[in-house]
Amino acid sequence: MLRVVSRRLVQLAITLFALMTLVFFWLRSLPGGPVDALLGERATPQTRELLTKALGYDQPIWVQYGRFLKNVLTGNFGNSIRTGEPVIDVISRSFPATAELAIAAIILAVGLGVPLGYVAARHRGRVLDNATIIVTLIGISVPIFFLGYLLKGWLTQGVHLFPPSGRITTGLDNTEVTGFFVLDGLLTREFDASADALWHLVLPAVTLATIPLAIIIRITRASVLDVLDEDYIRTADAKGLRNPTVRRRHVLRNALLPVVTIIGLQTGALLAGAVLTEKVYNWGGLGTLITDSISGSRDYPVLQALILLAAVVFILVNLVVDLSYAVIDPRVRVR
Amino acid sequence: MPLLDVRDLSVVFQQGGKPFTAVDGVSFTVEPGQAVGLVGESGCGKSVTSLAIMGLLPRRGNKVTGEVLFDDTDLLRLRPQDLRDRRGRDIGMIFQDPLSSLNPVIPLGLQVAEVLERHQGKKRQEALREARKLLDAVGIPDPTRRLKEFPHQLSGGMRQRALIAIALACKPRLLIADEPTTALDVTIQAQILTLLKELVDESGTALIMITHDLGVVAGLCDTVNVLYAGKVVERAARHELFAAARHPYTHGLLQSVPRLDAGRGGRLHQIRGSVNDNIPWPDGCAFAPRCDRVIDACIGETVPLEPTFRGGALRCTNPVPQEVPA
Repeated sequence: MLRVVSRRLVQLAITLFALMTLVFFWLRSLPGGPVDALLGERATPQTRELLTKALGYDQPIWVQYGRFLKNVLTGNFGNSIRTGEPVIDVISRSFPATAELAIAAIILAVGLGVPLGYVAARHRGRVLDNATIIVTLIGISVPIFFLGYLLKGWLTQGVHLFPPSGRITTGLDNTEVTGFFVLDGLLTREFDASADALWHLVLPAVTLATIPLAIIIRITRASVLDVLDEDYIRTADAKGLRNPTVRRRHVLRNALLPVVTIIGLQTGALLAGAVLTEKVYNWGGLGTLITDSISGSRDYPVLQALILLAAVVFILVNLVVDLSYAVIDPRVRVR
Repeated sequence: MPLLDVRDLSVVFQQGGKPFTAVDGVSFTVEPGQAVGLVGESGCGKSVTSLAIMGLLPRRGNKVTGEVLFDDTDLLRLRPQDLRDRRGRDIGMIFQDPLSSLNPVIPLGLQVAEVLERHQGKKRQEALREARKLLDAVGIPDPTRRLKEFPHQLSGGMRQRALIAIALACKPRLLIADEPTTALDVTIQAQILTLLKELVDESGTALIMITHDLGVVAGLCDTVNVLYAGKVVERAARHELFAAARHPYTHGLLQSVPRLDAGRGGRLHQIRGSVNDNIPWPDGCAFAPRCDRVIDACIGETVPLEPTFRGGALRCTNPVPQEVPA
C-alpha cells in the first residue's frame, strides 16, 4: 500500500513538471498577452515597453521559464497581473466555492445514481428500466449551460423556488471559517447561514451533477446486470440467503467496482463543468477565476497555478479511487 | 416414501423466437441416503433439471411445469421466501466451476458462515468457528488462516472443497452436485469424488450426481438416469447399467469410455452426430438420427418410457439385446 502511494506521488511530481512546462510555453504562444490586455490598443510604445520590462517579459523566454520553475519550487507562484495579489491568495479565496459545489454534485450523483441504477437493473426490460435509459440519455446529452439557464429560468423567476445566483444571500452576516459556507454555518452554529447556503447550492449542484449522475446510473445498471448473471449469485441463492443479504453483500459490492472507477474519471468532467455552472449562477469560484484570467487580462501566473491545481486534484482523486478499489476488491491488493 | 419425487418435470425456455423444451417430462425419485446419477451429453437438460428442482432458474423466460415433491411438499409451488428457507438447509448444491461460484470479494469464512447464520440462527463468531470445523472436515489445511482468505488465493481443488463445505454446512438431506469435478484436473477429481463419497456415506445425505462422466457414476451412484434431449431414455441400477445397457445411446456412451484393456491402436468408439441432430420427441425417438439400431418403428410417434422387469425403465423400440446368461 505504502509503496503504491509513494510510487504514485513520484508519478504525480513528474506529471506536474511536464504539465508546468507545457502550460508555460503554451500560454505564451497564444496571440496577445498581459501587456496588450492591460493597456489596450491605444497605449503608446513607451508605456508598453515599461510594463513589459516591469513584468519581466523582456527577458529571453528561457530565462523567464527558469525563474518560473525556481519560484514554483520554493512555493512562490508569483502575483496576479490583474490585481497584484499573491496568486496563492487569489486561488485560496475561490477554491472553497468550487470545492463545495463539486462535492455537493458528487454526493448527489453517487447518492442518487447508485440506487437508481440498481433499481433500473432489477426492473430490466420493464417500463421503469426503459424510462431510466431514455432519461439518462437526455441527461448525458443536455449541455450544462443550457440546462443551467433552463433550471434558472423555471425555478428562480416567477416561482422563486431558488435564488438565481450567488452562494449566499447578500447582507447575511455569516462567519467564514473554511470558506465552505454550508460547513461554516454548522461549525459556528449559524444554522440560518447553513440553510441559506444550502438553498443557494441546490440548483448549481443539480446542474453540475446531471451528467455524472446519468453516467453513474447507466454504469451501475449495466454492472448490476452483469453481476446478477454471475455464478456466485446463483451460489448465494442456493444457500437460501434472504434477498436483502444477497443484494447487499453479494450484488452491490461487486457491482460498485466499475462505478468507483467512473467516479474518478468524472472528476475531470466535473472541473470542466464547474466553469460553465459557475458562469450561469455567478458562483464566484475557480471557474469564474479562470474565465476572468483568460479573457480579461491573460493573467499568466494565475492561469498556470489554476491548471496545475486542476491536475493535482484530478490525480489525487484518482489515487484515492485506486486505493478504495483495493479496499473493495481483494484481488487488486496483491499488486 | 422417496425423499425427492420429481414428476413430469418440464422446462421450456421462451426467450425470443421459438420456445425450446430443455427438459421434457422428466420423472425420477431419490430415496433417503440414495445416490442417483443424471447422465447425458452437454445440452441434454441435466443441469437445467437440477436448477429447476432448486428453483434457481430465472423466472423470466422460463416455464417450469410438473411437480418436485420433497417430503411431500411441491417445491415448485412454494412461495419464493419459503423455498429460500429450504435451500441450503434441506437441499445443498455444488456447482461446476468453483472459482466463479465463489464470491471474489468476500472472505471464504463469511461465505461458509453466512449459510449457518441464515439457517441455524448462529451469531457471526459462532458461525465462523463452525465454518472452521467444516473447512477442516472437507480437508482444507490450515482452516483458521483460510477463513480470512479470498477465493483467488485458493487452488481449484480447495475451492471445490470449500463449496462442498458450504453445501453440507447445514447437514441437508439432499445434495445436488452439478458436474462437480469437470473443471478440475484429473488427480484432483479423484480426491473430490472420494471426499464426496465419504461425506455422503457418513452423513446419510442423499445425492443427485449430475455428470457426463460414466466413471463418476460407476464410483458413486446407486441408480442412474440417462437423459437424452430432455427425456429420460434409460433408468437402471448401477451394476445393471454397466453390465447390460439396453438403450443404444447408453450403450454408445459406455463404448465411448477409453479402456486400458482394449488393445493398442484401436479406434475409440464414438456416437456419430451431436446432440443437435435429433428429431422432436413427438415425431419419434430423438436419438434415431444418430442411432445404429434405428428401425422404421422408431419414427412416427413418441417412444414411451416402459418399465423393465429388473426394476428400471427404457425408452426404446429396438433395444440392444441382452446377453444370454451362460
